[in-house]
Amino acid sequence: MKNIALADRAAGFDVNALRRQFPVLARVVRGKPLAYLDNGASAQRPLAVIDAVDDYERHHHANIHRGVHTLSQEATALYESSRDRLVEFINARSRHEIIFVRGTTEAINLVAQSYARPILKPGDEILITHLEHHANIVPWQMVCEQTGATLSVAPIDLRGEVHEDAVVALMNPRTRLFSCAHVSNALGTILPIRRLIAAAKARGIATLIDGAQAVSHMHVDVQELGCDFYAFSGHKMYGPTGIGVLYGREQLLERMPPWQSGGEMILAVSFAKTTYNGLPNKFEAGTPNISGSIGLGAAVDFLQGLDRDAAERHETALLDHATAALSKIPELRIVGTAGDKASLVSFAVAGVHPHDLGTILDEDGIAIRTGHHCAMPVMEFFKLPATARASFAFYNTFEEIDRLAAGVERARKLFA
Amino acid sequence: MELNDLYRDVILDHNRRPRNFGGLEPADASVEGFNPMCGDRLTVRLKLDDDKISDIRFEGQGCAISTASASMMTEAVKGRTRAEALRLFDRVHQLLTDDAAPPADELGKLAALSGVRAYPARVKCASLCWHTLASALRSTNPHVLPAVTTE
Repeated sequence: MKNIALADRAAGFDVNALRRQFPVLARVVRGKPLAYLDNGASAQRPLAVIDAVDDYERHHHANIHRGVHTLSQEATALYESSRDRLVEFINARSRHEIIFVRGTTEAINLVAQSYARPILKPGDEILITHLEHHANIVPWQMVCEQTGATLSVAPIDLRGEVHEDAVVALMNPRTRLFSCAHVSNALGTILPIRRLIAAAKARGIATLIDGAQAVSHMHVDVQELGCDFYAFSGHKMYGPTGIGVLYGREQLLERMPPWQSGGEMILAVSFAKTTYNGLPNKFEAGTPNISGSIGLGAAVDFLQGLDRDAAERHETALLDHATAALSKIPELRIVGTAGDKASLVSFAVAGVHPHDLGTILDEDGIAIRTGHHCAMPVMEFFKLPATARASFAFYNTFEEIDRLAAGVERARKLFA
Repeated sequence: MELNDLYRDVILDHNRRPRNFGGLEPADASVEGFNPMCGDRLTVRLKLDDDKISDIRFEGQGCAISTASASMMTEAVKGRTRAEALRLFDRVHQLLTDDAAPPADELGKLAALSGVRAYPARVKCASLCWHTLASALRSTNPHVLPAVTTE
């Protein structure tokens, strides 16, 4: 342990100072200090985010984009400045390319209904992979049903990896869109999206990347990736729930019809004709989640204020430590052993059902996720009804992982 | 400690060695219960002799609470009439959810499930088999049986 602590300090990464910025991490759960290892489901909020939302609610709230009064102008400025920060965060070309949505799920549905549905014809294909979250499966199934297109699924291997050649083999002249996760929520696999996007582009296939599990762990540059769409959620990157982003290439967004209609997305309405607003407002019908987007802007500032390389190194060290500690436990099988993985470990212990494990660990103040992780095809592939998943953030510690391993060992003995 | 109250010895025992586990051919009723929240899945099959449950078996996969609950349920309802079994379901449901539930003496082993009450997220694990049984019983005679109340 001492060596690890020294290594951390050498890397200039002070976990304890960072933890103090997250009030909830000081909580006691069932008499034990909280060890929050469910960051893949939702990450916690730093004071910077809590305070930004609080300040907005206390001093600036009004509806945006339509009032001439002071509060409305302040709220509008705050809302739009969050958009500017998101442009910078993922290196979009302009604020026209950042659409605020409720989260990744809504972003994917938007693309399915507004981009894919109008262009799909019977016999066309949408290509995804076997490790997708339900949110990157069901919207495509729906649009296929609506248009007569078919859904094609690229395989994974026993390590939970997606191979470029296996995906490319399924790309053909009927493939209209390729959509995949950047990081698998169930397995942690980091997909080779640069190569997959390049392969799709070379064949004229549009691309969407589900970045829900990625943006909190690694720097994302949409121009460098070259994807057409990139979707992510605020609450998995230390921001609020109910807010997320769809990045889309302006050229494509321009051509797409609005998918919801109402206020904000229009320029002029008469009973004869409605003129749509320009980007990004065309896709933001109705009063948006103003406080959420302001909180998300604060989360971007928070992340950019960190030494993200050091944070990433710490997360990798946590992953290595967890992999080693859990591997020592007899009867424990790590599910998802890709060479390139984000900091989460899915596992199954023979004789211990994940739900029982989740309850037993909760008694020790340890929060993990148990279940199918909204990725039932992945569970099916590994022939498991469910797994336990510990997912780490840069504020987690080696000691928390040791507590996790001890708790798993205790559960195993209880059910032996 | 609450955890020991949840995972009592009798529950650990029924999880390790579930009773009446496996298929039943031929069966008068076979119903699959599924908890989409957690992926637990079990099938309850039973034979009726007039109105009496003459045999009952279950199979599937679930957590210790769900497996033990199903195992104890099969023991508890075998030989009972449909109405008796459904009344027992009501009593178990009360035991799982109602802090003011009357003493569970007549429930026998099933009383061991009372520890689940302190874990609201786990109540569904314990009740899945009972809902499945109720549905199986209703499928054998939808008209004469009263609807099962889970309130």
